[in-house]
Amino acid sequence: MGSTVWSMIEMTGEMEGLNIQDLSFIEWEHLDLSVAESEVVCLLGDSGSGKSLLLRAIADLIVNEGEVSLWGKRRESFSPPEWRKRVGYLAAEILWWEETVDLHFSKPLSREDLDKLNLPHDAGEWAPSRLSMGERQRLGILRMLDRSPEVLLLDEPTANLDENSSSVVEQVLLDYIGEQSAPALWVTHSKDQAGRVGHRILEMKNQSLTELDRAVLTK
Amino acid sequence: MNGAIELDFWDIGFAATIVVGLGILLAYYRLGVTRTLSIASVRLVVQLFAIGYVLKFLFAEGKLSYVAIMAVIMLIVASREIMARQKRRLKGWRSFGLGASTLFVSSFAIALFGLLVVVKPDPWYLPQYAIPLLGMIMSNTMSAISLSMDRLTSALHDNRAIIEQRLALGETSREAILPYLRDCIRTGIMPVVNSMATAGIVALPGMMTGQILAGALPTEAVKYQIIIWFFIAGGVGFGMAAALKLLEMRLFDERQRLRLDRLS
Repeated sequence: MGSTVWSMIEMTGEMEGLNIQDLSFIEWEHLDLSVAESEVVCLLGDSGSGKSLLLRAIADLIVNEGEVSLWGKRRESFSPPEWRKRVGYLAAEILWWEETVDLHFSKPLSREDLDKLNLPHDAGEWAPSRLSMGERQRLGILRMLDRSPEVLLLDEPTANLDENSSSVVEQVLLDYIGEQSAPALWVTHSKDQAGRVGHRILEMKNQSLTELDRAVLTK
Repeated sequence: MNGAIELDFWDIGFAATIVVGLGILLAYYRLGVTRTLSIASVRLVVQLFAIGYVLKFLFAEGKLSYVAIMAVIMLIVASREIMARQKRRLKGWRSFGLGASTLFVSSFAIALFGLLVVVKPDPWYLPQYAIPLLGMIMSNTMSAISLSMDRLTSALHDNRAIIEQRLALGETSREAILPYLRDCIRTGIMPVVNSMATAGIVALPGMMTGQILAGALPTEAVKYQIIIWFFIAGGVGFGMAAALKLLEMRLFDERQRLRLDRLS
């Protein structure tokens, strides 16, 4: 009887959100991590500690080994483009390659979204070279959300933004996470931000993940 | 109208004075290519005299096995050249293997087609036809393959961050590299297309000129030149398409990840 209960708990545990087991890439080995639906897990750590690599490994952009599953379905059961569409990875530096901003989107930019992020209404027609750092970043977030990802992997989404834009972006991301019940892994350098947005806070150090005490951190 | 005027060693010597003069001029202005120019000139003389004797021997013997040996040597040298021209090579001998296999498939297939279906010498491997035909197709294909491979690896290397973001948005590896692929194919095939479009107007193609100097009727010489250009276009196009396809398969893995670590 007891063992059935346990296996059921394990089962449901795996069904929830994003599950990572025994993930290894480059020098990082056997990382375990799970993010439940609507949960924001913040990731702190020095630069070079492997936070970005972890996100890229989960998105299957770099060579890695291990079990990654979403809502209980293994990564390998999706085609690579399908997996990456579901797992929205936002790089630290957003790049643009087409002639205009619009061409990077699957559907035209909505006025509402542009307004939400304080972006000009005709930004879609602009050449990317015209964008400021902050505009690149904010449009990059819209570009990621445009693919309707089920999980968010965010690499310092507010790094290039001033305080005001930063809190707007935080809110847009948290709204999306709430509406879509999306699990989110949020890399940040700011302990304040981690305390604000994270339900759990992990630190990447010496090639491993340790959970930090929220109460201590936000004091 | 039979046979060209024979040149003796003095004639070649007089022609060489032009290059010697050029070398002196370049040395005077310290432009630094004199050394390369003199090495290239010496190589030209030695290699061509050597091949002259080799071909004389091959033509006299007329054996299929000798033609085949010659073809294999040409293939090895051309494949080595493809590898040497890559700024970023695949690890191990893969660049050589990739160049050799695609060069082999495209240029040998087209040369065989030309010999068996179009020109039909008797026997079909008659070295006077087989070797120049294969040589012209292979040298052009070699240039196109090496150029386009080099450009594709450089483009993927320089734009790796963009490619990764395109993949992250759910594009397939093909979609993510399509602009670079298009650019490479263009670069590889444009020299041939341009030469075809200007043939006879701006320049008289080398082979045709040679035939005319040797006493052939210009109206006959152009026919050969036309089929040769079609063969070259085919060899270049098919060879390059195969090489780029194999390179793409090597630089992305089964999970469509960009694998620049496979370059040395």
